[in-house]
Amino acid sequence: MPLDPVAWQAVQRTVELATLTTLCLLVLATPIAWWLSQTTSRWRAPLGALVTLPLVLPPSVLGFYLLVLMGPNGPLGQFTQSMGWGLLSFSFTGLLVGSVISSLPFAVQPMQHAFESLGRRPMEVAATLRAGRMDAFFTVALPQARAGLLTAAILSFAHTVGEFGVVLMIGGNIPGQTRVVSTQIYGHVEAMEYAQAHWLAAGMVVFSFTVLLGLALLRRRTVRVMG
Amino acid sequence: MTEEPLRIVLDLPRAEFRLQVDLTLPSSGISVLLGPSGSGKTTVLRCVAGLERAQRALVRMGEETWQDDAAGVFLPTHQRALGYVFQEASLFEHLDVMGNLRYGLRRVASAQAQRTLDTAIELLGIGHLLQRRAHQLSGGERQRVAIARALATAPRVLLLDEPLAALDHARRQEILPWLERMRDELHLPMLYVTHSADEMARLASHLVVLEAGSVRAHGPVAEVLASVDTPVVAGEDAGVLLRGEVLEHDPQWYLMKVGFPGGALWLKDAGLRQGAPVRMRLLARDVSVVLQEPDGTSIQNHLRCEVDAMVPDAHPSQVLVRLRCGPTWLLARITRRAWETLALRDGLVVWAQVKSVAVVP
Repeated sequence: MPLDPVAWQAVQRTVELATLTTLCLLVLATPIAWWLSQTTSRWRAPLGALVTLPLVLPPSVLGFYLLVLMGPNGPLGQFTQSMGWGLLSFSFTGLLVGSVISSLPFAVQPMQHAFESLGRRPMEVAATLRAGRMDAFFTVALPQARAGLLTAAILSFAHTVGEFGVVLMIGGNIPGQTRVVSTQIYGHVEAMEYAQAHWLAAGMVVFSFTVLLGLALLRRRTVRVMG
Repeated sequence: MTEEPLRIVLDLPRAEFRLQVDLTLPSSGISVLLGPSGSGKTTVLRCVAGLERAQRALVRMGEETWQDDAAGVFLPTHQRALGYVFQEASLFEHLDVMGNLRYGLRRVASAQAQRTLDTAIELLGIGHLLQRRAHQLSGGERQRVAIARALATAPRVLLLDEPLAALDHARRQEILPWLERMRDELHLPMLYVTHSADEMARLASHLVVLEAGSVRAHGPVAEVLASVDTPVVAGEDAGVLLRGEVLEHDPQWYLMKVGFPGGALWLKDAGLRQGAPVRMRLLARDVSVVLQEPDGTSIQNHLRCEVDAMVPDAHPSQVLVRLRCGPTWLLARITRRAWETLALRDGLVVWAQVKSVAVVP
């Protein structure tokens, strides 16, 4: 058996984290992407930039501020404590919050592009066929932007699996709790367990390559269907 | 079905002009909005549908008020009982043809809408396409499905925005007969936007001519076309529309005689039975004027007329002459020199020679 139980636990936590992050993002990013694609408000540019920020910031910066926010003296930390939930920092829930924020642009951008490329026409057609805004959104905009939604889900999942900086900063690398594959590899290397590190690292390479290949094939198929 | 007319009053600033219309349209037949591109005709349609909002507007379809800014009424598009056919194919690509047709029907859910859909499928000949997906259809088939989909909501009015503009000539000829069937068999008022004089001649019962956001002329199509003070369909397309019926046939020469109020014309036998109604288009360029009844000419159709009016044409060398032939008006395009040489004047009795007549179904 190339992987010890602790490493398997890290793999399991990673899959759990990535799945939950993706689900949260589909719920959270869809309205944001729709709003950004439709609005003519002057808040569009600043909010668009804010959503994209995690893409360019070093994960350590993001992790640092999240840690401050969630810590005992941060506003979020004070709130969770007053509700009797304890602190989010160094917990799996805290990790989930961090992952959702750091992967937000990977979910919003493909959806926003998909919504924008639909143009106004499908929604107008739906309106002339008696569908109200919400009705038309769920029955026309979402199904027609499904390729963008799928891309968003895959990218969010893959990016969460590949996240390291934020995870290390707010998760604290606690085995069975907040230790994921990327931090497990770091641990193996620190402990000079190169063979163990290889198995996990190679697994990540294969996983990431498969995801990107799948995305490319998906895009080609979508183009063919559209054409 | 409503007998009250359709009222459309709009006032809307555009980039180059101000769109100002005040129209009362009949509650049956096809009202064609004709004008060059950029004249505001599509905007009129979008305002009627509520896709765009004019500032001071009144949109009444029969007894239903869709927008009345004086009373603070504005119904959103999905609450207006209309059907809309867009210029380009606008079918939902994630649904098959049946899914597209049922999209609006489901949201209306009336027995009448179901009957209308059945009629529309039959009327537009799309029964064999129901399981196909949008991208498997030809351009003409897509537009027929889009029209049936709009009809399936049992609308009070059908709005068509250049529905044939994106199609080639052959596909256009394929759809026109279906539209004519709709005009003749459904008692549904239609607003039809086009810049094509050909489509207008085939479909219009009422004509609105728009130019730079203003209505230049409107009324029953025959009247508008024959009015020389606003030679509306300028250029090569100026002409009149006549309604008549087949009087007799001449099998030896494959001809038929079509009578209209004020005269009769011999045309190619189109295989119509005696008494069948015929719409004919006489272009001004195919009508010439002679002072005596012509003799020894290859042109077989001569009509005794009276000169009624004359206006300058687009080119300074030419004039448009309106001729009164009984209760019917004809237009003739002749040179200004001919007008002077023949000493034509209002009230003079002349003969119109008609070189060719197009029968429009």
